[in-house]
Amino acid sequence: MKKSTKNVSDVTIRFAGDSGDGMQLTGTQFTNTTAILGNDLSTLPDYPAEIRAPQGTLFGVSGFQVHFGSAEINTPGDVCDVLVAMNAAALKVNLANLVDGGAIIVDTDGFNDRNLRLSGYASNPLKDASLSKYQVFEVDITKLTQLALAESNLSSKFIDRSKNFFALGLMYWMYNRPMEPTIKWINSKFGNKPDIKDANLKVMQAGWSYGETTEMFTVRYEVAPAKLPPGRYRNITGNQATAWGLMAAAKKAKMDLFLGSYPITPASDILHELAMYKNFGVKTFQAEDEIAGITSAIGASFGGALGVTTTSGPGIALKTEALGLAVMVELPLVVVNVQRGGPSTGLPTKTEQADLMQALYGRNGEAPIPIVAACTPADCFDAVFEAVRIAIKYMTPVICLTDGYLGNGSEPWLIPSFDALPDISPKLRTDPNGFMPYLRDEKTLARPYAIPGTPGLEHRIGGLEKQHLTGNVNYEPENHEFMVKLRAEKVERIANDIPLAKVEGDPKGEMLLIGWGGTYGAIKTAAINLRARGVNVSHLHLRHLNPMPKNVGEILYNFKQILVPELNMGQLVKVLRSKYLVPAIGLNKIQGQPFKSTEIEMKVEEMLKGKS
Amino acid sequence: MSTLVEEIKKEAAAVATPKYTAKDFQSNQDVRWCPGCGDYSILAQTQRVMPDLGIPKHNMVFISGIGCSSRFPYYMETYGFHSIHGRATAVASGLKLARPDLSVWVVTGDGDGMSIGGNHFIHLLRRNIDVKVMLFNNQIYGLTKGQYSPTSEIGKVTKSTPYGSIDYPFNPASLALGASATFVARTMDRDPKHLQSILKKAAEHKGTSFIEIYQNCNVFNDGAFFQFTEKETKDDNVVFLEHGKPLVFGKERDKGIRLNGFTPEVVLLKDGKYSVNDLLVHNEKDSYLSFILADMTFHTNVPRPFGVFLAVERPAYEVEMMRQINFAKEKRGEGDMNKLLNSGETWVIG
Repeated sequence: MKKSTKNVSDVTIRFAGDSGDGMQLTGTQFTNTTAILGNDLSTLPDYPAEIRAPQGTLFGVSGFQVHFGSAEINTPGDVCDVLVAMNAAALKVNLANLVDGGAIIVDTDGFNDRNLRLSGYASNPLKDASLSKYQVFEVDITKLTQLALAESNLSSKFIDRSKNFFALGLMYWMYNRPMEPTIKWINSKFGNKPDIKDANLKVMQAGWSYGETTEMFTVRYEVAPAKLPPGRYRNITGNQATAWGLMAAAKKAKMDLFLGSYPITPASDILHELAMYKNFGVKTFQAEDEIAGITSAIGASFGGALGVTTTSGPGIALKTEALGLAVMVELPLVVVNVQRGGPSTGLPTKTEQADLMQALYGRNGEAPIPIVAACTPADCFDAVFEAVRIAIKYMTPVICLTDGYLGNGSEPWLIPSFDALPDISPKLRTDPNGFMPYLRDEKTLARPYAIPGTPGLEHRIGGLEKQHLTGNVNYEPENHEFMVKLRAEKVERIANDIPLAKVEGDPKGEMLLIGWGGTYGAIKTAAINLRARGVNVSHLHLRHLNPMPKNVGEILYNFKQILVPELNMGQLVKVLRSKYLVPAIGLNKIQGQPFKSTEIEMKVEEMLKGKS
Repeated sequence: MSTLVEEIKKEAAAVATPKYTAKDFQSNQDVRWCPGCGDYSILAQTQRVMPDLGIPKHNMVFISGIGCSSRFPYYMETYGFHSIHGRATAVASGLKLARPDLSVWVVTGDGDGMSIGGNHFIHLLRRNIDVKVMLFNNQIYGLTKGQYSPTSEIGKVTKSTPYGSIDYPFNPASLALGASATFVARTMDRDPKHLQSILKKAAEHKGTSFIEIYQNCNVFNDGAFFQFTEKETKDDNVVFLEHGKPLVFGKERDKGIRLNGFTPEVVLLKDGKYSVNDLLVHNEKDSYLSFILADMTFHTNVPRPFGVFLAVERPAYEVEMMRQINFAKEKRGEGDMNKLLNSGETWVIG
């Protein structure tokens, strides 16, 4: 039959099913193919902490949302245009986020009595009128998958497991995407399991053909490529960008990369990624606990390697004492915190920005540590590179904050030229003449980096207070105060060495939105939308949170109102209020989910209305 | 592209290792242990042994945690790192993995190593990273002024246990063996020769070496080991383990240890019932035997064993790590960052 094609500027699709249904894989494949087609995009994997939660339950629903378009895309989408629901629970959990008139593609097999009971439906939503405001496409995906594999020798368990490829094939057809990238992926992934390989290929093709041949689907959609800056692109997740940024930085520092790390959600993928690159000389050490993760990294840094530890909030809590040690011994160290919902174990797989205060102040004694934050998945590369640069140049631990949303999310990335990245290698001390372990560089206040193996520079460092210059143990009152202030000044002086903050929008005006970290896309989108409606609003996003750029105060004083959207109870806002004495107001969300840009827009409009 | 560390190593290799004396290993820092502390002897014996190892002192690193013993690195004219409580073994692990060329030593105590650092301790041993661990066991917390430790005996009355300790103590040697250590030895502060010989053997071992050193805290736990260390009682209460030799002890060398089934028992060599030929012959390569010997520690009807319980070969972690790295380099070529960034699916715009 004749199908029509409709052009749309952007689409948000959410794949949702049981946590064992392969929704993350389906979403990732759809994303990679879409990226290759040249769309801009942003993703939101949203999955439960349980690996295989009981089937059919509401809490076992795993989702993957992808927002792609022909214009710039900064968020994974406030609402979905399309929901692929593999069972009743997936429908129930995600329906509230579906736009009125949106499309629902359901696997009818996931709506049996048991499914309906587990998801709390009194009556079958496919049979009553509750979905009348949506376009519902009922497809028996499970049965069609079984039919496609009728001649396969695979057990029914394996057959049912490939039904996600049916959904993928159908969506590829619907949004006019080629199957080749996924075919290539299946061939390499299951090359040594021909039965499974063939089954997945066959089922994906069946999904595509189903769209092509049945009368149910009459419209296909076309999303033209985005007009992105020219160059070579790839798709990248935040955790992968973090790993690669560390590797690039180590090479540019002429140091071997040493990662001491303990598995923790959502940071483990950095460890997995780095473990693959042994031919780059990367040493990964899966330590016995978080404390050994950081202390082994400190030991490696003492030996002249680039010591790094990666973790999430609870891990930082355990590393706290060692962070203080790194401050005291003044060795380069990079600590990556892929933040998640807290406190305690909290929400392991959900995102949050509630570890800023922990990064700033979470240690005993006066222990200042520079902090940088990544603002998009690909930006993790630049953020962690900057963290390494500061750590080496200033002989200090640096905390790099990302979060679960950035770490697991992905976006197209204009591949940087490795050769164009700056040389950040340290000057290792080799001259014994006049050597003192705590004799500082006049400009940076960094102490000399003298590593074991250097003849004539034998010296001792440690966590006890150091005497200025000699580094000997010293308990004198004046020396302690002097050293505390010196360590603080060293960190403060980094402000001379970082770019000034840049406002997006007017440099002065009615309203400034100021944020940090993974809220960048949502705040940016809100500001763009508000300006399009004639609202005077500007946006400042901070890369450096300690020290802050020198012009932040000046910028703040140029606005009548300041709103600080954060996924916490108001942490940056507290810092800004105390540091710059401005009446900044917080917009806070603590639901384990990123901001929707509309939430920010509404708050701004409410504030401006209240004022007039 | 060579790393900065490789350049330093190249330059240092050109420098000939001088002939050292013990004095070369003494730093300019005043030693601040209590007068009469057993630590002084351990420091002196270590400084005496170091010149014999043939390792340039700029390639030696002493790493410690927190406690009286952990001040040790300040007094050694080598590289040193006084880290945080319990974590010396983890710091040392990272250093040795980053720099397999260095000789890395850990100095710890019964509180630092067995209590707060117990986890890192066992994992270091099972991984068999080539780090030399000297555990000063004085069965007390000295630096915090006299609380019982994880090696204190049951019933120990201290400030924190006014009614006596009800904690059953660790036997560090058994713990180390249980953690699959490849070198486990015991010695004492008051026997300089034995201490020196054990330090040398530990240095020669490839893999983690664990040395438990009985050390007298004359302020908070004076005499805890006197029955093993003092002339009057030592011979009858101590049996020295020597590889390939029968277990003979006693002032008159007239007593020995025989295995009755799996149980060691004391036999007399004078009454004609048993001879040296009936005695257990020590074999430091026998891991089964090492458990039995270490377990003699808390049995009062047998003498306490000192010496090398076990010295076996197992690939060291850092050697295996480098093997994997070299294999990957051979197979996939030296990593190229530009290639990696442009690998996989990419596309061009404009």
